[in-house]
Amino acid sequence: MRGGNMEETAGERASLAGVRHIVLVLSGKGGVGKSTLCTELALALRHAGKRVGILDVDLCGPSIPRMLRAQDSAVHQCDSGWVPVFVGQDIALMSIGFLLERPDDAVVWRGPKKNALIKQFVTDVAWGELDFLIVDTPPGTSDEHISTVEALRPFQLLGAVLVTTPQAVSVGDVRRELTFCRKAGLQILGIVENMSGFVCPHCSECTNIFSKGGGEELAKHTGVPFLGCVPLDPQLSQSLEEGRDFIQEFPKSSAFPALTHIAQQILDTSQRSS
Amino acid sequence: MGLEGEQVHQSGSGWSPVYVEENLGVMSAGFLLSSPDDAVIWRGPKKNGLIKQFLRDVDWGEVDYLIVDTPPGTSDEHLSIVQYLSAAHIDGAVIITTPQEVSLQDVRKEINFCHKVKLPIIGVVENMSGFVCPKCKNESQIFPPTTGGAEKMCQNLSVSLLGKVPLDPQIGKSCDRGQSFLAEAPESPATLSYRNIIQRIQEYCEHHHLQEEKIM
Repeated sequence: MRGGNMEETAGERASLAGVRHIVLVLSGKGGVGKSTLCTELALALRHAGKRVGILDVDLCGPSIPRMLRAQDSAVHQCDSGWVPVFVGQDIALMSIGFLLERPDDAVVWRGPKKNALIKQFVTDVAWGELDFLIVDTPPGTSDEHISTVEALRPFQLLGAVLVTTPQAVSVGDVRRELTFCRKAGLQILGIVENMSGFVCPHCSECTNIFSKGGGEELAKHTGVPFLGCVPLDPQLSQSLEEGRDFIQEFPKSSAFPALTHIAQQILDTSQRSS
Repeated sequence: MGLEGEQVHQSGSGWSPVYVEENLGVMSAGFLLSSPDDAVIWRGPKKNGLIKQFLRDVDWGEVDYLIVDTPPGTSDEHLSIVQYLSAAHIDGAVIITTPQEVSLQDVRKEINFCHKVKLPIIGVVENMSGFVCPKCKNESQIFPPTTGGAEKMCQNLSVSLLGKVPLDPQIGKSCDRGQSFLAEAPESPATLSYRNIIQRIQEYCEHHHLQEEKIM
């Protein structure tokens, strides 16, 4: 590290010391919408006037840059480390997506190398002053999760949001994720039941494509807050594909009320903990 | 597969797979967990150890096809399974995606991974490809193929598109109940898709098997 002792201490502390609340988004299962929820939660909190950052720790499948139209951005260095990329509504973002030479490059690393990068993302990024840092994770309970929790422990970890789809095979994996949270001493902010029902835009018939109610039942059964059901919404999928601000541009869309309600509950919890 | 709560038995010849039917056996970490709440919170080396055991210590007997389900990504598990199976013969990989770019961008990495480790690619399956409303029969693209879907990607990367499977609420239900979707919904368009895909996979494997026998 460059500079004298004072600077060094400030640099070390500056990593996440200025972040008031860290929210981890987890799931036992892949493809349930963690990255989507991270993105929308960040946008909603930003629209509520908060300073927000996203740390994308899904090293094999970093989706956040694309979801915020930042896939062509690059990371820069400053004296206190890497500068996050500012995207969308002024959201600070760090992702391995920005460090790949080519977007199709596979990150085929074993644990130790992943752990080292995660640590760097936490300690060597100049996050600055943020109200919220949302952390997107890969599915499961692996090296990345263990390392992320360890690296974040010294800071203001508000807790974890668990995402599931309604059906039993997904809920089954999220039960295990809950065990991980309990073992890691993580506060569980709540469960989100994503892809919960689809309303046909032509005739308004509702079909429960991935069943219904599993997430809510799990929350009840395990005594954990239930944050809400988010329906399948083609406008949301389209918005993510194009890196648009869904919260700003689609307030009448079917997923909007649920997503903003989730953000509100996180805000309320953070205010109580402060 | 309707095997929740089953346990693995040991015999002189190793671990015994759990049988769904006489000709369908399963081995899974799920059988080694004593409660549905148990989490496998392991780092790489321990996972690799279990994968090795699954391959070395399970008495599979005579099997025509061994299907290996993997977690998403390109991690320890993937590296290990390819390494450990390299002595045996992997026919190839079937790669699953959904139609939207957010999924395809990860699948391109997976395809690159396969090339890197010299794993042949049998083809790609586009899952959750459209939904036909049961009431009005109009189709919705819930996961829109904004960049051309798997079809365009396969063209660009010279990989076979094995087929597209539409969304069908019965699939999730059957899986949740541990029933065979193909048996429960024989008339579903998804069933037709699955069967076509399976046939193409069989043809690929048989064709390559014959080629190898010729070489030998």
